Amino acid sequence: MTPGSLQGLSGRRKFLGLAAAGAGAVLLAPGIHLIEVAQAETAPVSNKVRWGLLIDINKCDSGCTDCVKACNTENGLSGGTTPTSSQWIRKIEIKEVKTGRTASLPVMCQHCAEPPCVDVCPTGASFKRADGIVLVDRHLCIGCRYCMMACPYKARSFVHHPLTDQKPTVPRGQGCVESCTLCVHRIDTGSGPACVEACTKAGHNAMIFGDLNDPDSEISRRIREVATTQLRADLQVDPGVRYQGL
Amino acid sequence: MNRATPSIGIRPSGQSRSGFYTIEERIFYVLLAIGALVTGLGLAAAHYMEEHGHIVTGMTNQVVWGMPHVFAIFMIVAASGVLNVASIGSVFGNAAYKPRGRLSALLCVALLAGGLMVLMLDLGRPDRVIVAATHYNFKSVFAWNVFLYSGMFAIAAIYLWTMMERRMNRFSKAAGLAALVWRFVLTTGTGSIFGFLVARQAYQSALLAPLFIVLSFGWGLAVFLVVQSAMYAWNGQTLSDVLRQRMARLLGVFVAASLYLVAVYHLTNLYFARQSDFEAFILLGRGAGANGVFPALFWVGYVALGAVLPLVLLFHPRGGGPRHVMASALLVLAGAFALLYVFVIGGQSYPLDIFPGYVVHSSFADGTIEHYVPRLPEVLLGLGGLGAAFLLTTIGVRVLDFMPQDDFPSAKADTGK
Repeated sequence: MTPGSLQGLSGRRKFLGLAAAGAGAVLLAPGIHLIEVAQAETAPVSNKVRWGLLIDINKCDSGCTDCVKACNTENGLSGGTTPTSSQWIRKIEIKEVKTGRTASLPVMCQHCAEPPCVDVCPTGASFKRADGIVLVDRHLCIGCRYCMMACPYKARSFVHHPLTDQKPTVPRGQGCVESCTLCVHRIDTGSGPACVEACTKAGHNAMIFGDLNDPDSEISRRIREVATTQLRADLQVDPGVRYQGL
Repeated sequence: MNRATPSIGIRPSGQSRSGFYTIEERIFYVLLAIGALVTGLGLAAAHYMEEHGHIVTGMTNQVVWGMPHVFAIFMIVAASGVLNVASIGSVFGNAAYKPRGRLSALLCVALLAGGLMVLMLDLGRPDRVIVAATHYNFKSVFAWNVFLYSGMFAIAAIYLWTMMERRMNRFSKAAGLAALVWRFVLTTGTGSIFGFLVARQAYQSALLAPLFIVLSFGWGLAVFLVVQSAMYAWNGQTLSDVLRQRMARLLGVFVAASLYLVAVYHLTNLYFARQSDFEAFILLGRGAGANGVFPALFWVGYVALGAVLPLVLLFHPRGGGPRHVMASALLVLAGAFALLYVFVIGGQSYPLDIFPGYVVHSSFADGTIEHYVPRLPEVLLGLGGLGAAFLLTTIGVRVLDFMPQDDFPSAKADTGK
């Protein structure tokens, strides 16, 4: 190899190096910018807050499914009711065997303080946020469905088929497990879950959303004043959803 | 089948040695092709499932683990148990089992590979399997099992090395002991996948870990006996009566112990009032919407054909012959699938008791017994795992020396122990 060709080689290397650095910067810069924007819009989540729900089943109308419809619309769910459809919230009709007393109530992820789904998840995709919301990290979920086996409330759905027309605020994915997020995207921008809003709008006022850690919040006052129940309280997973009148 | 032991292989009458090997080679390639075809179909099924989603299977939001888990759990549990043969030889010093150690370790690796293949390809996102290897939640039994299964591969491979390499033979006992302890922990881990589920009527029992360990002994030995019989027949040899009877008795003991633990598991449930509805469903087919699939599989498939009949064939004064032992082993394996189907699918089909004391119904099948029907892709995937295990075993016994070579005088002397 002649000195000239070596010089040429060195020049080409420099050029390639600069080109790679440039391409890297072009690829990374928008991502960094997006992270900045995201950080600017969202306040850090704190464990001083524990979000929860109180559902008064005396006010829950048996024929009403407004909360279910609102959830489907908000989160881009199909609303299908086949055994493979995603149902983040469903209305359950119950009848006590001994007395014949009937009631209707919505059941969704109970956002447990000790969530069995988080315990069993092998990759840590199922996690509990500092403010008590139990979520699935779409990037870590491998679709093993162990969390569905562990959940005492059958609150989780597996995405059985390809998805189209997803909501930008609610990313979902075929082959992943999902469940009620308590409308985390709304909570993070200062409002509450869509189901609660729909229930209030329909005039039932059967659902209250709020901070269980704040003694002055409406939900805390109510659960202090009236008898409320956690589903499968015997399991001691401490759900963040409570029921009045069960 | 085993080229390395021509001196022991008995030439079929009226056929020259070269003629035998030509036919033997052809049949080897036929077996290879069958194994590859079944494995290929399994892989194609997995690809189809990944393309279209689990909607093309019978699995739902209620029965989240279907046929692939039945196959995978069978293979993983049997993989642990099949290594028992090697342990009896090198850890417990039983001379008759020592020559079988290598084959036992090969079968362990092959079954484990088949089981894990099915388990991984049944994931909703099999493309993210690397995530399972890079992100761990150490509270998860599944995460423990990622280590236990990969560790089992390594230990079985090292164990095999110590048994096959003469210079490493002195480490064989230590490797065998490590393998023995590891597979106890591994099968405990597999049983605990279910045992640690807090809210399912069918599971949540500490008994499941020892039950799976004892089941593994029976299933593993049954797999070993079937493969060993095939290899002996292939090489024109017959297993000595003494050895066959000893292994048959051992299989009988394992089958009886498994039946006992399964009985205790159900009796415990029957004693608890809150579990009685579940037991009525699984054992008698009672409950709204129940059909007789699970009781039939349990009583006929597992108890009668998978346990009682093998026990009769093995322990009857006129039983214990080569055909009886082969039939028993095959029946134990069929019973294993019946039991696992009832355990995995039946256990999930029964609804969660979210509202004890209430009858419930909803759009999400609350309070309803689910009717899972396996579909072709998931069955092919499960069979593909078995095909992969078969393929690995066939290649292994062909290219390396896995044929048990008995030193009959010492084996006979050992029977007096």
